[in-house]
Amino acid sequence: MNELLTLAFTSFLVQNIILNQFLGICSFLGVSNKRSKALGMGLAVFFVITIAGMVTWAVYYYILSPSEFNNFTDLTFMRTIVFILVIAAMVQILEMAIKKFSPELYSALGVYLPLITTNCAVLGVALLNIQNGFTFTETIVFSAFTSLGYTAVIFTFSYIREAMNKAPIPEGFKGIPSGLIAASIMAFIFKGFMGLI
Amino acid sequence: MANKKRRITPKDNILKGLFKENPTFVLVLGMCPTLGVTTSLENGLGMGLSVLFVLILTNGLIALIKDIVPPEIRIPVYIVVIALVVTLIEWLLNAYIPNLYDALGIYLPLIVVNCIILGRAEAYASDNTIKDSIFDGIGMGLGFTLGLSTLAFTRELLGTGSVELLGFTLFEASVAATFLVSPPGAFLTLGLLIGIINTVRIDKQKKAKAIMDEKIKVALAKKAAKKAALEEEQNKDIFKINTKEVLTNE
Repeated sequence: MNELLTLAFTSFLVQNIILNQFLGICSFLGVSNKRSKALGMGLAVFFVITIAGMVTWAVYYYILSPSEFNNFTDLTFMRTIVFILVIAAMVQILEMAIKKFSPELYSALGVYLPLITTNCAVLGVALLNIQNGFTFTETIVFSAFTSLGYTAVIFTFSYIREAMNKAPIPEGFKGIPSGLIAASIMAFIFKGFMGLI
Repeated sequence: MANKKRRITPKDNILKGLFKENPTFVLVLGMCPTLGVTTSLENGLGMGLSVLFVLILTNGLIALIKDIVPPEIRIPVYIVVIALVVTLIEWLLNAYIPNLYDALGIYLPLIVVNCIILGRAEAYASDNTIKDSIFDGIGMGLGFTLGLSTLAFTRELLGTGSVELLGFTLFEASVAATFLVSPPGAFLTLGLLIGIINTVRIDKQKKAKAIMDEKIKVALAKKAAKKAALEEEQNKDIFKINTKEVLTNE
């Protein structure tokens, strides 16, 4: 239990996926200029990463590696191709399911779902689960808290950017450059969480 | 009409990727590896060259199959092609340059979802010839390499105090701000570099505009002068006619 808590804290704050691992920067800079957009993207990423983490873990250990379902060959070298296909299919299915069962949620997240296939955070977390040799429980905790860290950071950052829009910033630094500098200060603050564990 | 359209030469394509549409500093694409692997010049160059190789192959392949692929499913097909090429690079690096393979770590398989690759496939290779697409890939890949190595050079030089490449020390600085090699330093360095480049570009545009305005002003002044001269001439003519009329009347 203690270990799982440590893992949760580490993945949520200390090794934050955006500010420490540099995954999902494109969407971090792209949709963080509006609060509502940032929250929608964050929630969509949370759903997709958690489910994709579990599915890819199962695919890797039961289909790609030699197991009771696959007693012929070791296919683990194909993981990049298989994972991206699984994620693309899953995003598509998730989009259809949300559209069918919860139209309100779909109207909030619908626009962001197709973009997520090419969000490197999703494939990144799926690969990190395998690289770190996590068990299934650890995979769930790691995926969920990593994606929560993403949501938290992108939502907080959208407040900062909205405030920064009103500031008198030199023309050349407007938009992405000043955003990156603000992200740098945020990354410094998150470095301080290292004392927590 | 078709042959009147200006041909894009390979040189144009390469220069476009390197400077005018530099993927790192102008288009701001593919930020994850840009921030993640630029702790040293060696890693930055390695990543840049891997992306260059992938871009040439994927752009060429996609330009080759663009007429066979139905437009509705083109994105999944492109992603599969890209994933195949990236897996190939992974195996090659793992076999021949294991040090680089370890250093790039998770960012190597993540080239699959790098926005530059799919972006170029969708925006350029899907409706251009194979040759043009390959040169576009070379240009964009070189531009990405240039962006990564500039960032990596700055970070390594100021962060560790020296720049090393293949075991040789290229430069040495007297300062070492270690935080530049850590994650916050990556954001800061990239933000400052893009900001400075933007400022210079805006300045240049303003200057070009000022020169253009000046030229327009001069041209307008010339036109006005010409018009005035013409009017004077006409006035003279009228005066002449008037005098003639007066003379004939008398």
